[in-house]
Amino acid sequence: MLSFNSPVQTVWHKVPVGWKFLLVCFASIFLFVFDSLYIQCIALLCCVLFYAVGGVSFIRIGAKKLLFLWPILLVIVVWHGVTGTAMQGIAFAIRLISIVALSNLMTMTSRLSDLLALIQTALTPVRALGFSTRALEIAIALVVRFTPVLIEKGSTLFDAWRLRAVKRVNWRIVLPMSLIAMDDAEHVAEALKARGGIRAFASSHERSHNTD
Amino acid sequence: MKERDVVFIALFAALIAALGLIPKLTLAFGIPITAQSLGVMLCGTVLGAKRGALAVMLFLLLVFIGLPLLAGGRGGIGLLWTPSVGFLIGWPIAAYVTGLIFERFRSAPTFLLATLASLIGGVLVLYVFGIVGMAWNMGKSINEAAVLVLAFIPGDILKAVIAGAVTASLLTARPQSVLSRT
Repeated sequence: MLSFNSPVQTVWHKVPVGWKFLLVCFASIFLFVFDSLYIQCIALLCCVLFYAVGGVSFIRIGAKKLLFLWPILLVIVVWHGVTGTAMQGIAFAIRLISIVALSNLMTMTSRLSDLLALIQTALTPVRALGFSTRALEIAIALVVRFTPVLIEKGSTLFDAWRLRAVKRVNWRIVLPMSLIAMDDAEHVAEALKARGGIRAFASSHERSHNTD
Repeated sequence: MKERDVVFIALFAALIAALGLIPKLTLAFGIPITAQSLGVMLCGTVLGAKRGALAVMLFLLLVFIGLPLLAGGRGGIGLLWTPSVGFLIGWPIAAYVTGLIFERFRSAPTFLLATLASLIGGVLVLYVFGIVGMAWNMGKSINEAAVLVLAFIPGDILKAVIAGAVTASLLTARPQSVLSRT
C-alpha cells in the first residue's frame, strides 16, 4: 500500500535509488535555472523517452500518476494567459509535468526498502557528527507499519458510517480516527518500553544489520 | 526523547496520512482541500509545539522520498515544484505555532483556545508560507498569489473550528494522551 512501485519491470529498476534521486534533484534545479520554453520541451521529450523504455503499459501507468496535475496546469496556463504571459505559463506547465514525471519515475521504479535506505544514507553525516538517529529510525519504521493499520481501521469506520447514515462521510470521522491513533500509540509505547525502550530496540536492530 | 513521545509523533504522522482517506474537495487553482491539514492542526493542539512539528516533518520526509501518503496517493520530491510547495513547507511551522499557543494559555477554554490556535497557526501562518511558495513557483507577485488563495480561507477556518472541537473532545475522552496538556 505504501508504495508507488510499478509492476512493470524496467531498466530503471536496476539503477540505484540514490542516483535516481540525484538525477531528479539536478534536473529540477536545471529546469528552474534554464526556464526557456525550448529547454522545457526538450526535457519533456526526454521524460517521455525515459518512460518509453518501460513500454506502453508503463507509459500508461506513468500518465495516470500525472492526472492530479490537470487543475494546476489549467490554472497556470489560464492565469498566465490572462496576464499576458501565455508562453511563460506554458513553459511553467511543461516544467511541472517534467519534474513530477521524473519524480514519479524514481518512486515507481524503487522499492520501499530502498527509499528508506536512502534516508539511512542521508543520515550518515548526522551520525558522524555524534548525533543519534535511532529515534528517527524507529519513528520511520512505526509510520510505515502503522499507516496501513490506521487506514484499514479508518476504512472500517467509513463502512460503519455508510451503513448507518444517509449522508456521506464527513469530518465527524476525525474524532474516532484520532482516538484510535492515540490508543494505538499508548499500546505501542508501553510495548516498546517493556522491551527495553528505544536504546534496546536500536541495539538489536544494529545487531541484525551486522549479522546480515 | 522518551519512547512515548517518539511513538506519538510517529502515530500522528500516520494519522495525517490516514486522514487523506476522507474525500477531498478540490477548489479552484488545483490545491486540494483535504482533512490532512486538519491533521496538522491536531498535531499542534494534541502533541504540543515541538512534537507536533516533528510529527509533520516526519510525515513530509516520507512524502518527499516518494511514499504516496498525501491525499490522492501523491508523493515524491517533485511536489517541491508544485504550487502547493509553500503550504507543505509551512505545515511544520503551522503545527509548531498552533501547539505553542495551545500550550501557553492553559487557563483559557479548550475549544476556543484550540480553535484560535489553529486559526493563527494552521491558517494565518500557513498562508504566509503558502502564498510565498505559490508566488515563487508560478512566477507571480505576492499580491497576485494572495488573490488566488482567498477562496480557500473559508474552508480552512471551518477546519480550525473542527480542530478545536476535536481537541476539546479528545481532552475529555483521553486527558492523559493529550501530550500538550500533560
